[in-house]
Amino acid sequence: MIKLDARGLSCPEPLMMVADAMKKHPGEEIEILVSEMHTKTNVENFCHDKGRAVEVTPQEFDILIHIK
Amino acid sequence: MSLTDNKKKLLVWGIVSGLAAVMLALSGNPKNMAICIACFIRDIAGSVGLHKAAVVQYFRPEIVGIVLGAMILALINKEFKVVGGSSPIIRFFLGMIMIIGALVFLGCPTRMVIRMAAGDIPAWIGLIGFIGGVVTGSYFIRQGFSLGRSHKQPEAGGYVVPLLLVVGLIIAAFTTVLFASESGPGSMYAPLLISLIGGLVFGAIAQKTRMCFGGMFRDIALLKNFNLFSIVFGFFLTMLVYNIVTKNFSFQMNGNPIAHAQHLWNILGLYIVGFAAVLLGGCPLRQLILMGQGNTDSAITFVGMLLGAGLAHRASLASAAQTTEAAGGPGLNGKIATIVCIVILFAVAVWKSQRKVKYD
Repeated sequence: MIKLDARGLSCPEPLMMVADAMKKHPGEEIEILVSEMHTKTNVENFCHDKGRAVEVTPQEFDILIHIK
Repeated sequence: MSLTDNKKKLLVWGIVSGLAAVMLALSGNPKNMAICIACFIRDIAGSVGLHKAAVVQYFRPEIVGIVLGAMILALINKEFKVVGGSSPIIRFFLGMIMIIGALVFLGCPTRMVIRMAAGDIPAWIGLIGFIGGVVTGSYFIRQGFSLGRSHKQPEAGGYVVPLLLVVGLIIAAFTTVLFASESGPGSMYAPLLISLIGGLVFGAIAQKTRMCFGGMFRDIALLKNFNLFSIVFGFFLTMLVYNIVTKNFSFQMNGNPIAHAQHLWNILGLYIVGFAAVLLGGCPLRQLILMGQGNTDSAITFVGMLLGAGLAHRASLASAAQTTEAAGGPGLNGKIATIVCIVILFAVAVWKSQRKVKYD
């Protein structure tokens, strides 16, 4: 499982991190922590385009996205 | 079911956002300006006395509407979150630089698309510079460019600048304290309520769809993702149909309203906008939306754009429009500022790319 921390980063850094992890570790599950809803939506849509399932778990201030 | 999860839906939202711009153009705003973010920030700067260009002074309700539209929707959807602290001072100056670039071209990326949809060839040529700027910014993103993380901020901070905008609008509507143009583009405006509603609708759509004129080419360059492009293409289509139906469409090099045909400076002006937009994580419109969502860094960027617009006219950095007597374009000050802005952008990009993170 790859763990990424994209909290507080501007666009497109969170997506770059996900894309980079997908490229370097094909097929491996990724867990990414983001802090804003639009980042969550961007990551979700990006994963949807890549055919990857996502599970979103809201936390107290952040959002955990599990990419399967 | 999400309303924004695929390109077709985003295209439809883009078309609808264009209708808001059409409504504004039909109601009195300059036709090929409609909802230009840079122009309207410049007009607000003039209305509060940050510059003395008498033809571009008006407290544009659209800007207030866009911010409030984004804020209201973000509050409803529980997406309002007050964050900040990601290199605010650098963002302030990047905001200044971005608007100076826009005023050398005479329009932000939103107006670039509006002008393109009217057949304005210099805007199509300027697009080359805009794409070039986005590609340059994207290169540095790939090299690990980052302005750092934002963090949770005190709740009240997210409301400060939007509230100031509302207060400004109230003052503009009910008093004569602020400056208002009697001729020129600043004197052409839709009725206040229509402007406000147009802004609210446009802002809400932009918030929901994450519409960004810089992001569209950035996402294509970095991620081969066409989602944001779909929205802007929809917006372009509506403006194109509007221009054809109202016989505003004219594929021409010269004689375009409030524009100039100094191609090098159009290209370089928009190069600055594209480059700065990528470094800032969004175009001028996107900065307004993020501010509405509680991002205090974007609020500071907006203040930078406001002061930058004031400076652009105070120091004669902004271009003059082409007339039958004069070619228009930037004067010497504007040309020097353009080069200086590009040098600063490269300096910031190189400086903030000094991290270990590199993307393949």
